[in-house]
Amino acid sequence: MIDHVIAGSYVIDATLEIGFAGIGPGIGQGNAAGLAVEGIARQPEAEGKIRGTLLLSFAFMESLTIYGLVVALSLLFANPFVK
Amino acid sequence: MLDQTNLWLSEVEVGSHFYWYIGDNSIHGETIIVTLMVFVGLIILSLLGTRGLSKIPFGFQNFVEFIVEFIEGVAKAQLGESFYREWISFVGTIFLFIFFSNWLGALVPWKLLVLPEGELAAPTNDINTTTALALLTSLAYFFAGFKTKGLGYFRRYISPTPILLPINILEDFTKPLSLSFRLFGNVLADELTVNVIGSLVPLFIPVPIMILGIFASSIQALIFSTLAASYVAESLE
Repeated sequence: MIDHVIAGSYVIDATLEIGFAGIGPGIGQGNAAGLAVEGIARQPEAEGKIRGTLLLSFAFMESLTIYGLVVALSLLFANPFVK
Repeated sequence: MLDQTNLWLSEVEVGSHFYWYIGDNSIHGETIIVTLMVFVGLIILSLLGTRGLSKIPFGFQNFVEFIVEFIEGVAKAQLGESFYREWISFVGTIFLFIFFSNWLGALVPWKLLVLPEGELAAPTNDINTTTALALLTSLAYFFAGFKTKGLGYFRRYISPTPILLPINILEDFTKPLSLSFRLFGNVLADELTVNVIGSLVPLFIPVPIMILGIFASSIQALIFSTLAASYVAESLE
């Protein structure tokens, strides 16, 4: 019984983690994309350069969410406190 | 009890490996197999690309020269004109290995080959591979620093002020940690989303996500090599 409670708590923890880890990068990516669109509208000839930089910085922001995901996955599948 | 969770998500195999035993040590067989495939693929690529070299490249040589020039561009952008030449091989090795292993994991339907335990996937799907690559990057930038500055390299730990000493030491640990987690998490996340959506709707719906995964994994290879080059450049300066 208590095992189920503990396992459930880890599942809830993992979902919370993904949710919260998504907030910051979401805001950041929105900001970056908005500013990139602004830049392209002002200077359409610089589109290629802006796109490259945008994708690279997107990947950096996304990696923050991925850190949360890695911790959540290790809580679910390789939890050091359960075995 | 977490095994039941594992069973329930049987499509998604995380943390189960096809173990090989050498003495008392266990190694992840599926990772080794696909890593060897990547090695063989890269060797074949370079052998085909350098066979019968001609002044005016055509066909396969053209393609390989395009790859080399791309890597040269990545190295030059981070390391600058004066240093980039000797570091092309390092940056290129990391880029090509990650790129090939990510695409091998994303493009080949490994699910058709059934192993006793675990499944064949991209080698970067295993955190041991990505950690090894990240530690290699750490070694490389320490080597670069010692080679150019000798023991004066340690001055960077107290570089602006001695107050920053703990943060500067911590940086040496967070660099490989973030490098390895970023690559591992991205590759695993791609695979998990494709698997989960594929088990919900097997047809057509996962295809855009697979395409996104192929795109994202090539970007990850670019990011890893760019970051490795920039860390090396940081300690060369």
